[in-house]
Amino acid sequence: MSIETISLSGRKKEVSNKKMTFWESLYLVAIVKGLFITIRHLFTRKVTIKYPEQTREISPVYRGQHMLMRDDEGRERCTACGLCALSCPAEAITMKAEERKPDEMHLYREEKYASIYEINMLRCIFCGLCEEACPKQAIYLTKSRTMVRSNSDREDFIFGKDKLVMPLDMAIDNTKKPQMAK
Amino acid sequence: MDQAIIIEKSIVIVAVFALTMIMAMYSTLAERKIAAWLQDRIGPNRAGPGGIMQPLADGLKLFSKEEFFPNTPNRFLFIAGPFISMTTALMTSAVIPWGDKLHLFGRDIILQATDIDVAMLYVFGVLSVGVYGIMIGGWASNNKFSLMSAMRASSQMISYEVAMGLSIIALVMMTGSLSLKEIAAGQEGMNWNVFYQPVGFLIFLVCSFAETNRTPFDLAECEAELIGGYHTEYSSMKMGFYLFAEYASMFISSTILAVLYFGAYNYPGMQWMEENVGVNTANVIGMVVLFGKLCFFIFFYMWVRWTIPRFRYDQLMRLGWKMLIPLAIANIIITGIIILINDGNFKF
Repeated sequence: MSIETISLSGRKKEVSNKKMTFWESLYLVAIVKGLFITIRHLFTRKVTIKYPEQTREISPVYRGQHMLMRDDEGRERCTACGLCALSCPAEAITMKAEERKPDEMHLYREEKYASIYEINMLRCIFCGLCEEACPKQAIYLTKSRTMVRSNSDREDFIFGKDKLVMPLDMAIDNTKKPQMAK
Repeated sequence: MDQAIIIEKSIVIVAVFALTMIMAMYSTLAERKIAAWLQDRIGPNRAGPGGIMQPLADGLKLFSKEEFFPNTPNRFLFIAGPFISMTTALMTSAVIPWGDKLHLFGRDIILQATDIDVAMLYVFGVLSVGVYGIMIGGWASNNKFSLMSAMRASSQMISYEVAMGLSIIALVMMTGSLSLKEIAAGQEGMNWNVFYQPVGFLIFLVCSFAETNRTPFDLAECEAELIGGYHTEYSSMKMGFYLFAEYASMFISSTILAVLYFGAYNYPGMQWMEENVGVNTANVIGMVVLFGKLCFFIFFYMWVRWTIPRFRYDQLMRLGWKMLIPLAIANIIITGIIILINDGNFKF
């Protein structure tokens, strides 16, 4: 096993330092061989993904736009405790807490809820620390599986609850399955 | 002057000019698409169906950019550079024979804007003046990198002009005339010059790559070495003119290659077509055939661009002076000997 015979990737090629023959030094044969290699690529399949008609497949743990979850009765989980805002390294989350009124029992899980919940998508780095920090499992980045759309104004990037909260029919759909299992 | 001649010539001139501009425009799109296909991707396909309107979008973009003048004392020269490049690139299209003749309205219309007796010399003269465009652009930019790039480009162009001219001399000895129309007419049917002068064709091909500053001879504008080369300081339509002049001269070089060596508008069976079907049809097909040949050469330019790496400057000079010129001279000598042996006639 001398150094000359070892080849880890199996693609070792012996190169020689001999002076080129006259015909080799013309490079004509080499150029023609190169031209054939290039023309072969003209007929191969192209790897371009034609967005937006085609999209790339995203993995199950893809961190996209945030989604404020609801429980299986359709009530918002978020209690405006502020742990997500505290853990956000980019300080992108702001919120304002409110007390739940008696006639809002079906809307919110606990007595405290977030009346205003805003995430500045330009500051957000999509790290997922808010998802890890939340004690109520109320914010997820892996559920919406959408990218944040592009915009022209800075103000349009501050997403409020209207864009972030899970749609009600998506939450209530989940209740049907466990009840049918019972 | 005869009214009819004025109208006829005007139409031919306008048609040739329009064809040159349109072909140069769509060469930019073809370059991007073919470059993409050779690299396993698709090129621009958003502007119009399949990307057809992309050159118009590019033109619009260039028009709307800021008109920038660097801190140069030579404003006039700064503007004159792209102007000269563009003018000389477009001037050569005047002498190309697009077909033999059309028989319309009872008169024979020659399909050539001008029929000069020394058309080859004219083409070479104009090509030589084209060097000025790059030199002036590089000098007037008041920028060391542009100046270096202009120096390299001009020395490259004049070196390869010598070899180009020498390879043409053998062709002229064979044909006996400098007029492009005669050279085209002498290649009846499949009697193309490339079969009689293969070495000359090869030399001319390599030299035409060098004249148009195309890869592998494009060290005048390579981005890695010289940022933008001679067009670093240019923006907006002046830059557009430089790029457009390169594509126009590429189109012209392809056409000259096709006319000189590949039989211009001739195709096997043209004689039969002229006698049986009609002069007009035969010549229209001839025009289409010439168009096909020059499109193939344009494709060849782009094909080679993505195959061969760039020459180093000293390798380039060595190739031009020490290898191509002796080869071209040897070609002339051999052609002369064969002509002497065959009593003044090259084609046996």
